[in-house]
Amino acid sequence: MKLTLNLIAAVLLAAPAAAQMKTLNGAGATFPYPIYSKWFDEYHKVKPDLQINYQSIGSGGGIRQVTERTVDFGASDGPMTTQQQFKVDGKILHVPTVLGAVVPAYNLKDVTDLKLSGAVLADIFLGKITRWTDPAIAKLNEGVKLPDAVITVVHRSDGSGTSYCFTDYLSKVSAEWKKKVGTNTAVNWPIGLGGKGNEGVAGLVKQTPNAIGYVELIYAKQNDISYATMQNKAGKFVKASIESVTAAAAGVKMPADFKVSITDATGEKAYPISTFTWLLIYEKNNEGKGAVLKDFLKWMLKDGQAMTAPLGYAPLPDSVNGMVTKAIEVIK
Amino acid sequence: MNEAHYARRKKINALMFTLTAICAAVASGTLLAILGYIAWKGASSLNWDFLIHLPKPVGEKGGGIVNSIVGSAKVVGLAGLMGIPVGVLGGVYLAEYGRGKYAFAVRYAADVMNGVPSIVVGLFAYALIVHPMKKFSALSGSVALAFIMIPIVLRNTEEFLRLVPGTIREAALALGVPRWKVTVLVIVPTAGRGILTGALLALARVAGETAPLIFTAFGNRFNDNGWLNPIATLPHTIYTYAISPYEDWHNQAWAAALILMAFVLLVNVTARVWLRPSSGTSH
Amino acid sequence: MSSAVAPAVSRGPAKVPGSRERAGDRLFRLIISGFAGIILLAAFALAWQLTRESLSTWKTFGLGFLFTSTWDPVADQFGALPFLYGTAVSSLLALLIAVPLGVGAAVFLTELAPKRLAEVLMFAIELLAAVPSVILGLMGIFILVPVMRSLGAPYGVGMLTAGLILAFMVLPYITTITREVLLTVPRPLKEAMYALGATRWEVVRGVSLPFARSGIIGAVFLSLGRALGETMAVTMVIGNAPKISANLLEPGYSMAAVIANELAEAASDAHLSALVAIGLVLMGVTLVVNGAARLMIYRLGKRS
Repeated sequence: MKLTLNLIAAVLLAAPAAAQMKTLNGAGATFPYPIYSKWFDEYHKVKPDLQINYQSIGSGGGIRQVTERTVDFGASDGPMTTQQQFKVDGKILHVPTVLGAVVPAYNLKDVTDLKLSGAVLADIFLGKITRWTDPAIAKLNEGVKLPDAVITVVHRSDGSGTSYCFTDYLSKVSAEWKKKVGTNTAVNWPIGLGGKGNEGVAGLVKQTPNAIGYVELIYAKQNDISYATMQNKAGKFVKASIESVTAAAAGVKMPADFKVSITDATGEKAYPISTFTWLLIYEKNNEGKGAVLKDFLKWMLKDGQAMTAPLGYAPLPDSVNGMVTKAIEVIK
Repeated sequence: MNEAHYARRKKINALMFTLTAICAAVASGTLLAILGYIAWKGASSLNWDFLIHLPKPVGEKGGGIVNSIVGSAKVVGLAGLMGIPVGVLGGVYLAEYGRGKYAFAVRYAADVMNGVPSIVVGLFAYALIVHPMKKFSALSGSVALAFIMIPIVLRNTEEFLRLVPGTIREAALALGVPRWKVTVLVIVPTAGRGILTGALLALARVAGETAPLIFTAFGNRFNDNGWLNPIATLPHTIYTYAISPYEDWHNQAWAAALILMAFVLLVNVTARVWLRPSSGTSH
Repeated sequence: MSSAVAPAVSRGPAKVPGSRERAGDRLFRLIISGFAGIILLAAFALAWQLTRESLSTWKTFGLGFLFTSTWDPVADQFGALPFLYGTAVSSLLALLIAVPLGVGAAVFLTELAPKRLAEVLMFAIELLAAVPSVILGLMGIFILVPVMRSLGAPYGVGMLTAGLILAFMVLPYITTITREVLLTVPRPLKEAMYALGATRWEVVRGVSLPFARSGIIGAVFLSLGRALGETMAVTMVIGNAPKISANLLEPGYSMAAVIANELAEAASDAHLSALVAIGLVLMGVTLVVNGAARLMIYRLGKRS
């Protein structure tokens, strides 16, 4: 009991000691979580009296919590729909931060370089291709010994921008996918296991033999999970990398609201499941938070961009960076 | 014939008791297996740095969970400050005046709330605190945990108060002492040990709760000194680390589990030893 | 669980006859009745909140919400059947495993084991109830799932895995309550049977277990109430796939798990409302189950 009393006393005493520490709370996409947590950690070193707390609950969650105004900013890798934005009290700015790739991560013993096409990937996730030895897969992988096993499909159980990007791509390459499932952050999956967050899907794929899932590139890299080489629109097989993602963004015409899809891009070197990821920032903020956010965004666009490469994200193209720098001036 | 019949019955007897012995071994062995495994896995990642440092950015090795330890202490501590007084006073009411329809309703409500899944309590705290305040916070997590504590403490207090012999009450009342004074100064202290134990056990129980904190306390990578910001807690951290793909986080999850388990066990064992009939107040 | 610590005897305090209430007493009574009211208020607020927020789901889908199995946030089409099924099946599996195990352990600990040994083992079993569910989930992910997979389960995670974890969660309840009831079996009944030359097991089967039946059923209902609402351990091992499959090795989903996974991120209001509706159903079901458990145990108290 004495212990508890001491504990309670300690807790009570801690409260008045609250220094002039400012906290900003954000939540959303798990896709850019590794780079965001790096940024917020580094930025805390630059500005020790500011803590930016980011919780990776999924893009769907980011959009929801921005709408509810329970966070100071959100994050998503699927842009908000007009209808979603209509529900928010005040204007939301989509601020692109980095580019990333969604990779089909798989767990196959002794198979290090699996090749897939969009159509085959769609059929796997539709449940039409159920075995690794299916002729459609074998045709793309001549000379590779595929296991005679059932494919375990892993997808997200939460609302996810990674899912948005992935389903956006599948909808572009498969008419059946578009009709049956469609594009969204949360979808009605035809088959498979659900994992929470990019972390959860990567965890499940890693632990389940003969599984295939989709995760942001860095999650596959950090965990030594193999990921497939994808056939792009030009018919070339491309592995996800900073270069191939940048190539996917190269041809894009950036609209003023930054909401743009770059999946299934046309370039020869373009990786087909690439996307921008966005911070969702209120145009009008309370309690001077707008200025703090603006400062951070400026830092992110300069110093922050240099930290992206080691984590496998592609920095914003210079032209886009310039546009964003101008656009964030409206934040108050 | 009869002999053989008897031998068969003896055999069945022996067989059945062997089976029940196995059941008992499995049931009680599970705890030992869990404890042993956690101690083994957790101890290898547990060190001083782990206890005093903040988490590293995602995917980088090292870092600690000081934010979760402090956060859990704060959230559970505040929950106790809210839940224990309410539960104890409510329990006093039920034990001393609990005869009418109102008391019946309170008792029924307490039983209902006791049975409500903790995830639903979390849903409730979200609607009650997070949504109106427009903020995830330590406070909302504490409120959720307090709602779980209240019915436990309440019914426990009532039951222990009912064990206080009526003669004590009558003797005090006969001296002309006001009833409220009798209750506060005589009856409650007599049952004090039982009431406190119940409160402690309730604290230990909510310290391990995860579900009601997911959309209330929410999580925080930093330490936060106030009550109105999101906060990390041990069970929530164990959950997020466990489902992550990072080897290093898995090890940290085991170490965090060791800390949580040690706290829960300490409270439980203390409470039970303390309540032993041989040393207890009961007669 | 703490209520298991408190002796179940209830001896109501005597209301002092003929005494008029003084002002101080009245104030005291009013104050503490106010504190008692907080939980009453909370229960009402909870029920009201869940009902209000789920209203649009009931209006849109009616009772069909409970009997359809499409969970499609894209089309805002919601049916809760897969979750009801997953919760029911995983909980029943847990009982199927835990009831024989728990009753068996209780029989051994009351009828056969030396008193000291029984006390130590009971202590361990009771402490098992104190293990936080997230820790059981952790054990599930890293021990049980790989074991299930090595035994031939295709995914490792799934309905049976969830049932197993739940079984260990409710095992202490069944063992503790069954043992308490077995201890109340009147000696003369047992001795009469022994006198007829019955073996120990025959006494257990012929006298003790029938005598303890309603107590055991009460324990089963209580455990069911616990299992139905359990969130974390189940979320971590059930596979989180809203599908209905007769194969217990396939992944499933539970009501509590879907709330935990989707509440913070439901993008549309319809989605949110559907999740709250599941919360309401979950609360209703546990209410009924716990009510049944209390009824059983109340009857038992009356009899003895």
